[in-house]
Amino acid sequence: MESVKELLVILIGSSLVSNVVLSQFLGLCPFLGVSRKTNTAAGMGSAVIFVITLASAVAGVIYKFVLERFHVEYLRTIVFILVIAALVQFVEMFLRKAMPALYEALGVYLPLITTNCAVLGVAITNVQKEYGILTGIVNGFATAVGFTIAIVILAGIREKLEHNDVPASFKGMPMVLLTAGLMAIAFCGFSGLL
Amino acid sequence: MSERNLQSNESVSAKAGREEGAMNRAGERLYNGIVKENPTFVLMLGMCPTLAVTTSAINGLGMGLTTLVVLALSNLLISLLRGLIPNRVRIPAFIVIIASFVTVVQLLLEAYLPDLNKALGVYIPLIVVNCIILGRAESYAYSNPPIPSLFDGIGMGMGFTVALTCIGLVRELLGAGKAFGFKITPDSFEPVRIFAQAPGAFFVLAALVAVQNYVKAAGARAGKDTSKIGSGCSHDCMNCSEKGCAQRFYDNEKEE
Repeated sequence: MESVKELLVILIGSSLVSNVVLSQFLGLCPFLGVSRKTNTAAGMGSAVIFVITLASAVAGVIYKFVLERFHVEYLRTIVFILVIAALVQFVEMFLRKAMPALYEALGVYLPLITTNCAVLGVAITNVQKEYGILTGIVNGFATAVGFTIAIVILAGIREKLEHNDVPASFKGMPMVLLTAGLMAIAFCGFSGLL
Repeated sequence: MSERNLQSNESVSAKAGREEGAMNRAGERLYNGIVKENPTFVLMLGMCPTLAVTTSAINGLGMGLTTLVVLALSNLLISLLRGLIPNRVRIPAFIVIIASFVTVVQLLLEAYLPDLNKALGVYIPLIVVNCIILGRAESYAYSNPPIPSLFDGIGMGMGFTVALTCIGLVRELLGAGKAFGFKITPDSFEPVRIFAQAPGAFFVLAALVAVQNYVKAAGARAGKDTSKIGSGCSHDCMNCSEKGCAQRFYDNEKEE
C-alpha cells in the first residue's frame, strides 16, 4: 500500500507541482516551437509521453543491470544520451514499418525529440533520486503528462492570442513567453497539493 | 648555403605572417562569440539552462564557465579529429566527445566545488544537449583548423557566460535585492520575489526578446543585415534543427 501511495505522490509531483517546462525549464524548444495549434500540440505531447516513458524504462534497466553491475556509474551521461538517441531512431523505423497510422500521427515529432533535454533530464533525475525501475517509469510518464498538459494549455491560449492587438515589439515570442510566465505562476498554486 | 638561408628566412617570415593571421583570427573569433554572434542575446540558443540556472549572478557565472570549458575543449578535439570522423556518423561522434568532457567536468566539480555542483544539479549533465555546443561543432569546428576552433569555443563560451551573469544579476537584484550575494538595495526596496523563482525567468526572457525585436526592427529600417539575430529557439523548432538542436542522430537522408 505504501508503495502505491509513493507512486501517486510521484505522479502528482512530477506532472503538476514541479512541472517539467514551467518550473524546471526542460524541453522548452518544442514547448515554444510546436504550440501554435492545439492539435499539433497534442500530437507532440503524445509523442513525448511515448518516448519519455520508453526511454526511462530502457535507461533504468541499463543503469541497474549494466552500469551498476560493472561499477561504471560515472559513464551514465554518455550511455544515456546514446541510448536515447538510438532508441528514438529505432522507434521511428519500427513505427514506419509496423504501425503506419501511428507513424503518420507522431512521425514528424519524433526527430525533434531526439536530443530533447527533457528525455535525458528524466533519465538523470531518476538516477539522482535513486528511483527503482518501476518508480522511474512512473516518474517519466508523469513528467511527460505534465509536458502535455502545459503545451496543450499554451496552444489553446495562443490560438486566442492570434486575434489580440499586441505591441509590435511584443508580437510573437515575447507574448508567448509572458503567457508561459503567467502559467508558471498559476502552476505555483499546485505546490500546496503535496 | 645562402639559398637555404634565404629559404629558411622566407619560411620564418611566412610562419610569422601565418601566426599573425592566426592571432587576428583568434581575436576575431573572440569578438564574434562575445559580441557579434552572442549565443544568448543574438542567436538565442541554449535557452533551457539560461532560464533555469540564472536565479542568481553566481549560479549564472558558474554555469557559464562550466559550459565555456566544455565548449572550448570539445571544439578543439572535434577540430583535431575532423579528418578522421566520417561525415555520416559525425553527430553521434560529436555527442560522445561532448558527453565525455561533460562527465570529466562534472566529476571535477563534484570533487572541488560541491556547492556549485549542488546548485546547478541536473543542468550540469544536461550541458550535453545544449544547442550551442553541438551547433558550434557542426557549423565551425568540423570545418576549421584547431586554433581558431579553440578560440571560437572560448569566445562563444565567454559570450554565454557574460549573458548568463547579466541575466542572473538582473533577477537577483529584482528578486532578492542582492548582487553576487551582497545586499545593495536600500531597505525601502521590497524585493519582487517572483523574479528569483521560475515565472520570473519567463518574464525576463520575454523582455529580452522584445528588446531584440525592437533592435531588429530599427536595424531593418536603417537597412542593416539582421538575418543572424534571433535565429535560435525564438522562432520555432525547425530553426533550431539547423543549429543542431534537434538534429537527426544518424542522418542518412542528407547523404543520398
